[in-house]
Amino acid sequence: MSQVKQILLTPLFENNPIALQILGVCSALAVTTQLSVTLVMCLALTTVTAFSNLFISMIRNHMPSSIRIIVQMTIIASLVIAVDQFLQAFAYDISKNLSVFVGLIITNCIVMGRAEAFAMKNPPALSFLDGIGNGMGYSLVLIVVASIRELFGSGSLLGFQVLPLIENGGWYQANGLMLLSPSAFFIIGFFIWALRSVKKNQVETRDFRMAPHSAEEGAF
Amino acid sequence: MEQLLNLFVKAVFIENMALQMFLGMCTFLAVSKKIETAIGLGVAVMVVQVITVPANNLIFNHLLRDGALDWLGMPEMSLQFLGFLCYIGVIAAIVQILEMFLDKYVPALYSALGVFLPLITVNCAILGSTLLMVERDYSFPESVAFGLGSGFGWALAIVALAGIREKLKYSDVPEGLRGLGITFITVGLMSLGFMSLSGVSL
Repeated sequence: MSQVKQILLTPLFENNPIALQILGVCSALAVTTQLSVTLVMCLALTTVTAFSNLFISMIRNHMPSSIRIIVQMTIIASLVIAVDQFLQAFAYDISKNLSVFVGLIITNCIVMGRAEAFAMKNPPALSFLDGIGNGMGYSLVLIVVASIRELFGSGSLLGFQVLPLIENGGWYQANGLMLLSPSAFFIIGFFIWALRSVKKNQVETRDFRMAPHSAEEGAF
Repeated sequence: MEQLLNLFVKAVFIENMALQMFLGMCTFLAVSKKIETAIGLGVAVMVVQVITVPANNLIFNHLLRDGALDWLGMPEMSLQFLGFLCYIGVIAAIVQILEMFLDKYVPALYSALGVFLPLITVNCAILGSTLLMVERDYSFPESVAFGLGSGFGWALAIVALAGIREKLKYSDVPEGLRGLGITFITVGLMSLGFMSLSGVSL
């Protein structure tokens, strides 16, 4: 039981796929201008990661290692096709909004990374849970970023007006920068800073050590 | 011709793959510590991009789209749903062939690019530009210009970032921001810079 809990919860803060493993960053930045779109993307990615982990783990002992990448790719691509067709059938507007990013789940490093690192070595049930856990870790970052961007960029959350805009007689001047691409980088950068200020063990070691100011002392 | 040039410039500066479209971010952040490796990877992406985007364009137009199988006597068939599987297969195959070709005929280039070629299959900039090409319904010459432009833009961005990071490692960054955090913020500033080019058109 504790193992299940551990597999599900470590990817949230301890080993977050985006903040620590640098996996799956592309879509984290691109689909976060609107919270509703982000939620669909998170759901799609979690589904694909969980099921690709499940299926790859099921056949892991029958797969020759020389062709494993192409087998994994095929499984992942088929799952993404299923998700994409489902979205086009039942949520056409959102699928148009996500444009190429549903297809890009295929090359999302989280899916491949977890398949390679976890599903190839562990039994199906655990791999499935690992997929869900990492999907949640990814979703956590995306939802935080999307909430900030939508709230300050257009004053609303999930389409509901939270901060009344000046144009509609309110007091909030929308911050247009939040809807543009640079803000996504800044927000994730600061998110990582906040996370690492709490979890000190995730801080990277520096390449160079700053020398003490010995030269200055001699000069004066 | 002018239209193609315009498409190229647009793909390089205005819709820069890495900085505006957020594609290929994982490799962009992970392999940008040294300028030399960044140049190697950038060139590799550009080469693969120029080959795969037009190749996928041909596949889409002649095999997958609505009514494309007319010549087989099946005008109502549409294989569009197989798109993702085909594109990624084509990309993986072309990268593999390119690797073998370079190994045999241009060993100098192979030893320079060798490490990066397998990485490129899972680089979302490659699949991303193919999918954008399909979504925007480019013709064959347009797809060549778009492939070249998006590859070049990505290469430009990663080389610039590597240059900044090489200087940045001597600076005293706050503990929690060190490494990944400050890189994100740097990329954000670069993206802000590239936005000023958004009015460029020929």
